[in-house]
Amino acid sequence: MSYPHASSRREFLLSSGTLFAWGFLPKLAHAEARDPRFLTIVLRGALDGLATVAPIGDPDWIALRGDNALTLEGKTPALRLTDFFALNPAMPNLHRMFQKNEAIVVHACATPYRERSHFDGQDLLESGLPKPGPSDSGWLNRALATLAPGGRVDPKGSLKVLGVGPTPPLIVLGPAHVLSWSPQGIMPAGDDTTMRLLELYRHSDAKLAGTLEEHVRLLAMERAGAMAQKPGGPGPGQARTYFAEAAGAAAKFLAQPDGPRVGALGLDGWDTHNNEGIANGHLSQLLGALDGALDAIQSNLGLAWRETVVAVVTEFGRTAHINGTEGTDHGTATLALLVGGALKGGRVIADWPGLKSSDLYENRDLKPTTDLRAVLKGLLKDHLRADERMLADNVFPGSAGIKPMAGLVG
Amino acid sequence: MIPRGKEAAALALHRFGFGPALGAAWGGNSIAAIASDPRGALLADLERPKAGTVFAELPSSAQAARLVSDFHAEEQAKKKLAQRAQKEAESVDQPRGGAEPAKMMPAALPPGAKPPANKEQPLPQRLLQEEAAARIDAAVNADIGFVERLVWFWSNHFCVSADKDNAMVGAYEREAIRPHALGHFGDMLAAVESHPAMLFYLDNVQSMGADSIAGINRDKGLNENLAREILELHTLGVRAGYSQTDVTSFANVLTGWTWVDPAQPEHGGKFLFNKRLHEPGEQNVLGKRYAESGVEQGRAVLADLAQHPATAQHIAQKLARHFIADEPPPPLVGKLAKTFRETGGQLREVAKALVAADESWTPERRKLKPPAEWMIGVMRLADALPTGTSVIDLRPAGTEWRTIARVLNFQAVLGQALWRPPAPNGHADTEAAWIDGVPRRLDVANQFAGQARPEADPLDLLDRSLGPLASTDTRQTVARAESRPQAFALLVMAPEYLRR
Repeated sequence: MSYPHASSRREFLLSSGTLFAWGFLPKLAHAEARDPRFLTIVLRGALDGLATVAPIGDPDWIALRGDNALTLEGKTPALRLTDFFALNPAMPNLHRMFQKNEAIVVHACATPYRERSHFDGQDLLESGLPKPGPSDSGWLNRALATLAPGGRVDPKGSLKVLGVGPTPPLIVLGPAHVLSWSPQGIMPAGDDTTMRLLELYRHSDAKLAGTLEEHVRLLAMERAGAMAQKPGGPGPGQARTYFAEAAGAAAKFLAQPDGPRVGALGLDGWDTHNNEGIANGHLSQLLGALDGALDAIQSNLGLAWRETVVAVVTEFGRTAHINGTEGTDHGTATLALLVGGALKGGRVIADWPGLKSSDLYENRDLKPTTDLRAVLKGLLKDHLRADERMLADNVFPGSAGIKPMAGLVG
Repeated sequence: MIPRGKEAAALALHRFGFGPALGAAWGGNSIAAIASDPRGALLADLERPKAGTVFAELPSSAQAARLVSDFHAEEQAKKKLAQRAQKEAESVDQPRGGAEPAKMMPAALPPGAKPPANKEQPLPQRLLQEEAAARIDAAVNADIGFVERLVWFWSNHFCVSADKDNAMVGAYEREAIRPHALGHFGDMLAAVESHPAMLFYLDNVQSMGADSIAGINRDKGLNENLAREILELHTLGVRAGYSQTDVTSFANVLTGWTWVDPAQPEHGGKFLFNKRLHEPGEQNVLGKRYAESGVEQGRAVLADLAQHPATAQHIAQKLARHFIADEPPPPLVGKLAKTFRETGGQLREVAKALVAADESWTPERRKLKPPAEWMIGVMRLADALPTGTSVIDLRPAGTEWRTIARVLNFQAVLGQALWRPPAPNGHADTEAAWIDGVPRRLDVANQFAGQARPEADPLDLLDRSLGPLASTDTRQTVARAESRPQAFALLVMAPEYLRR
C-alpha cells in the first residue's frame, strides 16, 4: 500500500540531527544594533547538579555525600567559583569562562515538574508547558514565533529552526520551519545504552549477550590502546569527540553572517544510577565532554561569542544522597549553566535551600528554589527581546506568576 | 500450543511482515487491528490487487542499460578531450629546461568545458538510488509487508549484483521478480534466466557453442556459469543428482541467450537469442533429450526444472528457513514442497500453505531478523512526527547526505548491502552470518532513535510494536531508559524485536 506521504516519511527519518536553530535576526534586538545568538543544550538523563557545582560552603555538604563530596582539598580538588561553590574539576573551560565573567551558574533550580519520570520530565522541560502531557511544539520554537512580525511565522522566509545530530529535541519543534544538519557517519551508541542492553540480554538471550559482551570487551581494549598512546588524555573518547563535533557544528552555523541565530542540541547519557564517578569516572568524563563542547562552541563562534548565550539545561536533578550502588537516583532540583560573551557572568545565582534532611525536598532531593522558566524567560526577554506577555502566555503558558529573571545579560 | 489473538498478531507481523507499523491504516496499532484473525490478514495481503508492484516511474532495464552506456561513453570522451588539451598545453608550455608540473593541472579542463557539478550524483548512482528508494518505500509503507518480504526472498534467491552491473539491478527486480512473486515459479524462472541482468551477471552473454557459427569462427566456446548456478542455486539445489555432463549439456542449450550490446541506441540492453552463438543439435539434460529448437530448447529445459521434485524440495527448504527457522521443522518443509508440486509451483498457494501450517506459528522465535529487514521494521516504528511541524532537509539533494544514500549506507554497514550479494547464492539467511553484527545494529538503532519522535510514551510504543511478545525484562528496560531515544533504541534491540 502506498501513501501520499510515503517518501517524506523516509526522508524525515534520516534528515534530522541535534542542532536546531532559527535563521533569522531577532527584530527588536537587531534594531539595537545587536545580533544575538542563543543556543540551548538539553542534557537528557538528569544531571547531578550537586556533583557539577558543589556547595563546599554548606556545613552539611561533607556529611551528605561523604567520599563523593567534591572539596577544594580533595584528591582531585574542585575548582573554586565562589566562597560557597566549587566546580567539578573536569570542567576547566567552564571555570575559565566563569573567571572572565562569561558564565553563570543558577543552582537549586528546576522546571515545574515534581515527579521523577525521565520521559515526562524531558517533555516538560522542552515543551515549556506547566504539566506533563502530549505536546507537538517546544518553547524555543514558540519563542521564535513570537519574535516574528505579528507573531506569525513566514512559511517560506527566514524563520527557520536548525537541528544538528541524532536527537531532534521537542524544544525546537513547532510552527517555525525546522532545518536539520547531522554529523557525518554513525555515532556509536553510548556506553550507558550498551550496558543496559547487555543487562537485558543477560537475562533473556545468552547468544546475544555473548556477542555484545565480546563487542564491549573489544571496545575496552581499543580504548585502553588509545589511552596508552595518548597519556593524560582522559577518555570517554567517543562522547567527548561527538559532543564537541555536534556543539562545534552548531556554533559554526550560528557564527555565519547569514546563518541561523537560535538553535538547540541534545546531549544524552546523564542518568548516573551506578558508579557515578563524580571526580574520577563516568560523570567526570561526561562533564569533561560537555566542557570540551562548550570550548568548541566558543572557539567556533569567533567574534560572535560576544553576542552569544548558551543555556545548558536538564530535566531534573538527582538524589542528594548517594544510593546503594555509588550512584544517584532521580531527584528534583539541579542547576542550569549559562555561558557566553553576552552574559553578566562570574556569578552563582542561588537561593540556597540547605542540605539538612529537613531542607531537602521530600527528605531526599535538593529543594528547588528557582523556577527554570524564570531563567529562560529572562534570557529570551533581555537577550532576544521577546515580549514578556507572549512569554507568559505562549512560550511558557501559565507562567505569568514567574517573572523573568533580570540582569543575566548586558 | 499455537498462539492466538494479539500474540499471534504480533508474531504474524514480525514473522511474515516487516513488523508493526504505526501508520494510519491500522489506527496506529496493527497488532490490535489484526488480532481477531492474524492468518486472515496475511492471506488478505496475498490477495491485494497489484500486490508486489511498486509505483514509481523508472526506466526499464534496457533503457537503464543504454542510459548508463551513454553516460560512460560521454565520460570517456570528456577524459579524452582533457588528455588532448593537456598534451597540447604541455607542448606549448614546454620550456627548454623541462616541464613545470604545477602548470599541468589547470590545463586538465578542456577549453569551454564546465567544471563538474560536484553536487550532482553521477547518473548510474542516481538510477540505483531511485530504484532503491522505490523498494524501501514499498517496504516501509506496506500494511503488513508479507508480499514485499516474499519479493525480497525471491530477489535474493535469484540475485544479481550491482557490483558487476549497476544499471539494471533495480529494474531486474521489478521486471523479473515482482510480477511473479505470487505467480508461477516456472514463469519467474523463465523471466529471470532470460533477463539480460542475469545473463550478464552469470556470464552467459559471451557463452557460445563450440560448434556454433561464432564458436567456429572465433575459436571460442562455452561458459558454464549460468547453467551450473541454475541447477545448483536456482532450481534443484546442490548435490541434487545432476552431473557435470548435465551442466555442460545445459550450458550448450543456453548458448545464444544473450543481450543486445547496451551501446546499440535502439534495442541495446534487451534480451536476444543469437542463433550464431547457439550450439546446434539435440542435448541430453538429466536423462531427457531436448531436440534442437533454438531458444525453445532452453525454455523447455527450464520448464522441466521448474517442475522437478528436487526444485520443490529446495524452494520449500529455503522458504521455511527464511520465514521460520534456520533449521526448519521437516514437516513444514514437506507441506510446502507438496503444495509446490501439486500446484505446479503456484507461489501464492505455497505462501498460503506457509501461513496455514501450524509449524509456522510456534511461539518460540528462533529466527534472527536479517539486518535489512530489521532496519525496515525500525523505520516503520520511527514514524510519527508531531503534526504541524515542517521539516526541511538542509542537505542539498545529490550530496552524500541524501537520505536514501544513508539508508543504503546503514544497510551496507550492517553487512547486507542492497543488491550487492557477496556471491550468486545471495546474502546469507542464517543466524551465524548475522549475529556478530548485532552490536553494530545498536549504533544504527541509535541513529534512528534520535530521529524517532513517538508521541506516545515508550511503553505505549512497546505495546504497539511487540504487544504480548515483550518480556517483563524488556518492559522494565524500556521503562527505565534515561530518555525516549534510548528507550526506542533498547526496544528495537530487544531480543523479542530482533528475533521472530
